Amino acid sequence: MAELNTNDGGGKKGSGKVRSKKQNSKVDLTAMVDLAFLLITFFMLTTTLSKPQAMDLGLPDKEEDKTKEKDIKVDQRRTMTIILGDDNKIEWFHGLLESPEAGGKPTQTTHGREGIRKEILKRVESVPQVTGNKDKGLIVIIKPTKESTYRNLVDILDEMAICSVPTYAIVNDFSPEEKALADKLNKK
Amino acid sequence: MAKVKMSKKATSIDMTAMCDVAFLLLTFFILTATAKNPEPLQVETPNSTVQSKLPEENLAIITIGGKDKVFYGIKGKEVRKKTLELMGAKYGIQFTENEIQEFSLIDEFGVPIEGLKQLIAMKGSDRNKQGVQPGIPHDTIDDNKNNQLRDWIYTSRQANIDVQNEQLNFAIKGDAEEQYPRIKQVMDELQKQKVNSFNLVTGLRGKNY
Repeated sequence: MAELNTNDGGGKKGSGKVRSKKQNSKVDLTAMVDLAFLLITFFMLTTTLSKPQAMDLGLPDKEEDKTKEKDIKVDQRRTMTIILGDDNKIEWFHGLLESPEAGGKPTQTTHGREGIRKEILKRVESVPQVTGNKDKGLIVIIKPTKESTYRNLVDILDEMAICSVPTYAIVNDFSPEEKALADKLNKK
Repeated sequence: MAKVKMSKKATSIDMTAMCDVAFLLLTFFILTATAKNPEPLQVETPNSTVQSKLPEENLAIITIGGKDKVFYGIKGKEVRKKTLELMGAKYGIQFTENEIQEFSLIDEFGVPIEGLKQLIAMKGSDRNKQGVQPGIPHDTIDDNKNNQLRDWIYTSRQANIDVQNEQLNFAIKGDAEEQYPRIKQVMDELQKQKVNSFNLVTGLRGKNY
């Protein structure tokens, strides 16, 4: 297909032999193929990456009338509170702030594999054993402070997905003690 | 000693077939690729490991970035047209047929409704210049006067039901460095209208970050 016929029919002039020229009749396709594959790669990557990913987020109904809101009692052994501070800092505790669970004192940590994920994974495993009921797993309460960024929120929500935390909620109310803790975190 | 005879093999491989395949694929990818529209507000979305795609239809994207600027975009030309009609009626601004047609081609915008006519009159390339679009007013303090975002959300939901007979979904596309209260403000706005479930637009990353 890519060979070009360079034989020009011969039979010119009467001066003797018809010589077929021995030229290289093949076209070098290497460069063309190179270019084609480069472009393929480019288009392949851009088409799959251009469609943005999305993360689903469901929030509870907002009750306008505060008096209708009911407090739901939750086992303190199941709750882990994560406070998001500025500069990508995290403060977390397990249980109540006044009386944290064993090994769940307020601790400062970072995002990512080495930081908060270890703690969450540990508790995703341990909480159902402590409560003795598979359906009563860990509940993570995410409390972003005003100084935290959107990246922090998405990171921690992503962490929930990675660790498959059964229940989590974003809460914007701080108790006075938690407020103090958050202020300390943001000042440091 | 016996001579070692080198067999004379052709040094070049026939690349015709490879070339054919490569160009076939290339054509395919070029044709399927959708041209990326320039965005008036550039945001750097945060990354997540979640691998679900945004819906293509019945979607409105609220972009937050660049120091509390809010931009709004609706998918679907017909829904856009209907939304503009409803918004015009609400704010007492008459849009001509041409303006409505032109507006249906704008993917995303961020101007107060009073300035929308000027934006529509601009050339497409001028619209996306920096500083042309100041963002949609979304002041929640002076709620009734200056919260046009609320009205855009409300009317586009209405328009989507009228046109597509389906609920409009919402996606929030926030800049990673944007402060949380600003995102929350928009979420609150959605929740006030009983939109409790929405998407957060993110980039993709591996699980081992």
